[in-house]
Amino acid sequence: MPDPKIDIEHVARLARLDLSEPEKERMRSQLDAILTYIDKLRQLNTEGVEPTSHAIPMVNVMREDEVRPCLPAGEMLANAPEREREFFRVPKIIEE
Amino acid sequence: MPTIAELGARYRSGETTPTQVVESYLQRIETLDPQVRAYLTLTRESALARAEATEKRLKAGKPLGPLDGVPLAIKDVICTKGVRTTCSSKILENFVPPYDATVMVRLNAAGAVMLGKTNMDEFAMGSSTENSAFFPTRNPWDLARVPGGSSGGSAAAVAAGLAAGALGSDTGGSIRQPAAFCGTVGVKPTYGRVSRYGLVAFASSLDQIGPFAADVRGAALLLQAIAGHDPLDSTSTDIPVPDYPAALGQGIQGLRVGIPSEYVIEGMDPEVGKAVSAAIEALKGLGAKTEKVSLPTTNYALAAYYLIAPAEASSNLARYDGVKYGYRAAGGKDLIQMYGRTRAEGFGPEVKRRIMLGTYALSAGYYEAYYGKAQRVRTLVRRDFQQAFERVDVLACPTAPNVAFKLGEKEDPLQMYLCDVFTIPVNLAGLPGLSLPCGFTQSGLPIGLQLIGKPFDESTLLSAAYAYEQATPWHARAPALP
Amino acid sequence: MSTDYETVIGLEVHAQLLTRSKMFCGCPTAFGGSPNSQTCPVCQGMPGVLPVINRRAIEFAIRTALALHCTINAGCRFARKHYYYPDMPKNYQISQYEEPLAVEGWLEVAVDGAPRRIGIERLHMEEDVGKLIHEGTLETARASLVDFNRSGVPLMEIVSKPDVRSAEEATAYLRALRAILLYLGVCDGNMEEGSFRCDANISLRPRGSKEYGVKVEIKNMNSFKNVQHALEFEARRQAKALAAGERIVQETRLWEADKGYTLSMRSKEYAHDYRYFPEPDLVPLKVEQRWVDQLRTTLPELPVVRQQRFVSQYGLPAYDAELLTQSRALADYYEAAVREYPKPKIVSNWVLSELLRELPGDDEAAITRCPIPPKNLARLLALIDDGTISGKIAKDVFEKMYRSGEDAETIVRREGLVQVADAGALAAVVEQVLAANAPAVEDWKKGKKQSLGFLVGQVMKTTQGKANPAIVNQLLLEQLPKPS
Ligand SMILES: [Mg+2]
Ligand SMILES: [Zn+2]
Repeated sequence: MPDPKIDIEHVARLARLDLSEPEKERMRSQLDAILTYIDKLRQLNTEGVEPTSHAIPMVNVMREDEVRPCLPAGEMLANAPEREREFFRVPKIIEE
Repeated sequence: MPTIAELGARYRSGETTPTQVVESYLQRIETLDPQVRAYLTLTRESALARAEATEKRLKAGKPLGPLDGVPLAIKDVICTKGVRTTCSSKILENFVPPYDATVMVRLNAAGAVMLGKTNMDEFAMGSSTENSAFFPTRNPWDLARVPGGSSGGSAAAVAAGLAAGALGSDTGGSIRQPAAFCGTVGVKPTYGRVSRYGLVAFASSLDQIGPFAADVRGAALLLQAIAGHDPLDSTSTDIPVPDYPAALGQGIQGLRVGIPSEYVIEGMDPEVGKAVSAAIEALKGLGAKTEKVSLPTTNYALAAYYLIAPAEASSNLARYDGVKYGYRAAGGKDLIQMYGRTRAEGFGPEVKRRIMLGTYALSAGYYEAYYGKAQRVRTLVRRDFQQAFERVDVLACPTAPNVAFKLGEKEDPLQMYLCDVFTIPVNLAGLPGLSLPCGFTQSGLPIGLQLIGKPFDESTLLSAAYAYEQATPWHARAPALP
Repeated sequence: MSTDYETVIGLEVHAQLLTRSKMFCGCPTAFGGSPNSQTCPVCQGMPGVLPVINRRAIEFAIRTALALHCTINAGCRFARKHYYYPDMPKNYQISQYEEPLAVEGWLEVAVDGAPRRIGIERLHMEEDVGKLIHEGTLETARASLVDFNRSGVPLMEIVSKPDVRSAEEATAYLRALRAILLYLGVCDGNMEEGSFRCDANISLRPRGSKEYGVKVEIKNMNSFKNVQHALEFEARRQAKALAAGERIVQETRLWEADKGYTLSMRSKEYAHDYRYFPEPDLVPLKVEQRWVDQLRTTLPELPVVRQQRFVSQYGLPAYDAELLTQSRALADYYEAAVREYPKPKIVSNWVLSELLRELPGDDEAAITRCPIPPKNLARLLALIDDGTISGKIAKDVFEKMYRSGEDAETIVRREGLVQVADAGALAAVVEQVLAANAPAVEDWKKGKKQSLGFLVGQVMKTTQGKANPAIVNQLLLEQLPKPS
């Protein structure tokens, strides 16, 4: 398992969280403690063990290709923080 | 307070009417909830309208279903059309879903009456309901203590008689642990038994909706109403739903009860240990056969959970970005700033912690060591249970290693996580689990017994719990609220 | 300079599937709705919603994989791909990652008549994103507007191996792939509307080298012509840079069609970290052999096979066969006409020249709405054969048929276009023409053979093209003096 010193800046950027400096500090020590606890997993040999992503195994759940009614645009936009006509409006996009 | 089954009987006999009952619950909420603070949103008018509708059916001589006119509290993580659904988060403070969760469609069809939406740990992350962005909920047995979490509002509402039953959600113990802390019955169904459609996702592969009630029969009636296949949830199974209430009262003669040796841990409250041992003796007295079993991976389940759940959460919570719904931070001059500030201001500390942890566990270079490893450990946890269930029908153990603690007592996140050490393995394996009262501490705080069953075998859990409940006095006790 | 380097191209195609409803919800996929009118909580990623897989989308992908000779994985699974962008409602895309639907196929393309196999790396399913509208240009916009109507439309991503060696080959590959999708009826192939999109990875390496150079991703090419020009430009740009001793930077560049160059997106974004993990809201797909076999029986004859059959069965030149089989509908039309009028080369000539001239070039479906059904074309050709009209008149009749939708007989009858084959009636005209064109007759006598053609033309002109040319020829030869 990798060294549990987490790169807070990088992870916060990936998660789109603008953390304050004190928040980052607290986060760093708390996550390090949690990751140190999690480190105990290293003791467990999982070689040849398949990963489980669904506890109850199922396959092939599909629906037929049938059109169902949409919701009116007005309802779908009702929660929008900002809208313009029938669009959601977002601040200008600057590629990072 | 009457149980769910009693309410139905009184409606049918004409002893009382749904409107009277709903009004009296609303009155009780007005008096008591300022202290308990179980509810975030009350839906008075629609509750009275629904009660009236039941009354009309009753007057028209139509047969009443078991939940007709029954007042319920709904955890605020379940989407309710036209009623704000916040997940106790600032980021969804004003979110009004344009659709109903499948469980709400079913409850509404059954004539149940929603009184309001209950408080919780933000996005169901926590074990004390202190992580609500709005206010903490109090334990009705001791207002200085937490009700457990994350479904603390639902558990407290039922315990304080502010609802006849409630729905919660359980990702790592969020129904069973607060049920234990509040002295109610709480059921976490098998993964796939109840539709998750409309349940705001925390960790998709672990989340399940389940009921709270004052007694086992009430929990069985609620589970009956919400269980079953839903084509809108690809992970819901179409295995037939048995008649749960019918399973009650069949006795537990010959029931094989496994006692996992790993479920006694250091630092456990000795009063919890004693009460649970006594409960196991009581089960024996009722004809059950007990047997020690071993679940050797238990010790690693918590660590695996704290990779899997945050990883899935970091993904599920990516959608809260200030674009389509919910909170948007002011003053972001471009999109990147808007995203970063909205999420930093909109989420509370525990949610941010888990988003960070989960993002890290999935990030390039760490996936196999963290997420991959945890999913393999999950396989081992499942195997443990499978092997145990070759020999026994149910497992019995404490629901939590401790009883309700004081508000603010557990500041350290890791200490808080340890509250769920007995409930988390059940979620990892997708199994059904039930918590019911099995005694009280000297200071009068409830203690919970957890029963764990085979996949889709909720009936056995309910019938064992019912037998125990009928043989013991605990469920009759109620908190003394002023 | 360019001879020192070999161009290496890999192509990534996103094809929108022609399902009725979206990939994971029941919203319609139809184009052109007003903004946000074709959405629901699921395709807008609202809190609490869950996806459910559209069976037809999977079947379309399996059929395509079969047509591309892929290995269809017995098990496949969806995964979440994370990145933040406002057109993506959940900020993750449900796609496939480690367990795609199909891998390892190939597609045959012919450049300059020499067929080559281009390998297919993988074929997987995913959902489309919404549409962003920038106020002004992306650089100057103060805000952008989001429409989620396209969000959740099923896409099939087809990734080629880096087997393509030139811009020409790239467009040949794309044309062949598009033709297959059209044949299968799984995609409408419209590049401008974005239902068939292509990105390319291009790098250069010294000829003979086994290692790949640094690759550049090119986006924003929405026509075959754009693909060709963008890749030609980029190969030249890279060759020039390498020749000047510069390093190629791994980056994404946009093709600026109006300006004719590629432009770096100057993305400062640290390397993408998509944080893929298996989609917990969907269960895996187990693709059973029975299902695949059953879908295999639904495959139509594919373009290459049909082309070969057109050559062998109808004796057509390879060129005709290739053009006729580009579109399934066109090939169907051709075969229907040949069934009624079994002279394949003549039908081919009429379809490829007269008919294609009339049909709008960019609309695949136009042929199915063609005002001249195959049967009517066949009847027209039969009228030439039985001498009712001349070939020249037939071309006019064809045009009139196309405009009016009437059949040939109706037009010929109404307009009195029946060919005059009565030698008695024509003899008078011939006499008249000879009298009026004495100089030409003189020329003929002097041995100028071309005079005959001129005189035939004059007779045709006088009869408004209705004279039977063979009879006119014969009459002229009878009446003209012997050349001296
Ligand atoms: Mg893609
Ligand atoms: Zn939709």
